[in-house]
Amino acid sequence: MTPRYRTALFLLPATAWFITMLVLPLIVVFVFSFGTRGPAGGYAPGFSFENFLNLGARWAAFKNTMVLAPVGTIACAVIAYPLAYFLALRVSAKRRTLLLILVIVPFWTSILIRSYAWIFILGGKGIPALIAWMGLGSIQLINTPFAVLVGIVYGYLPLMVFPIYVSLEQLDKRLLEASADLGCPPGRTFLSVTLPLSMPGVATGSMLVFILLMGEFLIPAMLGGGKVFFVGNALVDLFLQSRNWAFGSAVAVALVLIMLVTVTAYMRATRRWAGGRADVSLM
Amino acid sequence: MRIYACAVYLFLYIPIAIIALFSFNAGKAATQFTGFSVQWYGKALSNRFVVEAFQNSLTVALSSAILATVFGTLAALALQSVTGKWRAFFDALIYIAVMVPGIVIGIATLIALVTVFNWLNPILAALWPLAETAPQLQLGYGSLIAAHGLFSLALVIIIVRARISGMDRSLIEASADLGATPFGTFAQVTLPQIFPAILAGFLLAVTFSFDDFIIAFFVAGSKTTLPIYIFSSIRRGVTPEVNAIGSMVLTLSLSLLITAQAILQRGRASAKT
Repeated sequence: MTPRYRTALFLLPATAWFITMLVLPLIVVFVFSFGTRGPAGGYAPGFSFENFLNLGARWAAFKNTMVLAPVGTIACAVIAYPLAYFLALRVSAKRRTLLLILVIVPFWTSILIRSYAWIFILGGKGIPALIAWMGLGSIQLINTPFAVLVGIVYGYLPLMVFPIYVSLEQLDKRLLEASADLGCPPGRTFLSVTLPLSMPGVATGSMLVFILLMGEFLIPAMLGGGKVFFVGNALVDLFLQSRNWAFGSAVAVALVLIMLVTVTAYMRATRRWAGGRADVSLM
Repeated sequence: MRIYACAVYLFLYIPIAIIALFSFNAGKAATQFTGFSVQWYGKALSNRFVVEAFQNSLTVALSSAILATVFGTLAALALQSVTGKWRAFFDALIYIAVMVPGIVIGIATLIALVTVFNWLNPILAALWPLAETAPQLQLGYGSLIAAHGLFSLALVIIIVRARISGMDRSLIEASADLGATPFGTFAQVTLPQIFPAILAGFLLAVTFSFDDFIIAFFVAGSKTTLPIYIFSSIRRGVTPEVNAIGSMVLTLSLSLLITAQAILQRGRASAKT
């Protein structure tokens, strides 16, 4: 067997899998988005832009997603940065590995169970009970945008810490020494050397978190209690409850388009801002 | 700085600790701790639906991870010698598989498979000798394994490929110079070097599939996986039994993860020496 044939043979199963389970289904969604709802739900063939013109019917879901996804991303970045800084520049190499693993591990455990935990903490007998006990009055936390935001930060913080950590760790430490030797105060060194050089990490982390948040379903479903819902929740309703596949496909196509446009614009902006020296890599 | 870091770690781990703590609650109330007991673990483990959902999850996780690891490793090895536009094509496929939201993958798989099954089932029934016994294609293990395997496949390719590119090439050349066959070189030089990555990829794939809710929610058909069971239980109300199941799931995925991390770390360390 020549190496050429072997390469083709090795790639065959993976290619077939990608085509049948990824490319074709995505094409089906695209085609269905121009169709209509079948008489008993599902899909009936057709070609019109009606589904796209009706997207306004799910405006609330799009609005919530377009507000809470960016706000959640920024909140993650703001909270993650100091931790990443600490891990990259203030911890001995020996303890660093353990501390990094401790950050990543929660990300790989069930987001379902982790957001469930917050139903406890934010629910009637959790923090609100504590606040009432301290005599500060009664507040509602669960089923509010705040609860969803807490869930988002909790769920996606690890994903933000890692890229920022990597960019800070790779930073040439001699630049910091040089800046200090030349009489620059620490705060100024941070603002004009460390922060700009670690921006690629912030950009990568933000993009990863933002993309995942755009498709989020579980966190708003668990902590938003039907009051704060994302496009993901609208999709579950359209495909599994009201079974309107054509309109649901249009919502999915719109979601992916918004994601693509935002991410492309964001990548252009960060690249220009970083003066071309930053490579926004995703992996 | 140190205090801030401690606060973030507490933020990450206190919720998990609370679930673990309340799973040992003696009382019925999910939010009031009244004493220590393991009764909810017993209740969970003797619940027929929990056991069945667990078995389903395990079957899907292991099958999808094994298939994805085998085919992903083969693809990663072959991709070494692929360049130009084919390379760009595969990179695009891997990129899309990782980047498209799970919910969109779930939807796409659901409607594509249901549509294809609706075409094929009448044909199958017509071709089958006895129409009543003709097999009905439907969502279930097959669709779950195929949909989970898709993401795992991309994951394994990324991890194994990273390890291959960090591999010491002179060893392969030395092996060939010393007269080893290509397969001999693969079995004795390449495979031992990339094995930690393959194993780590496998464990991450198992973890991903075992924990996934959103894709399974769409493509599971009449099958219930453990996350689907937990989700519907939470919908009905917070109970100590859910805490016990949750703690067991967390323990299982934590041990898988720590193993995967340890293997990857050791692989990296041996690559340096």
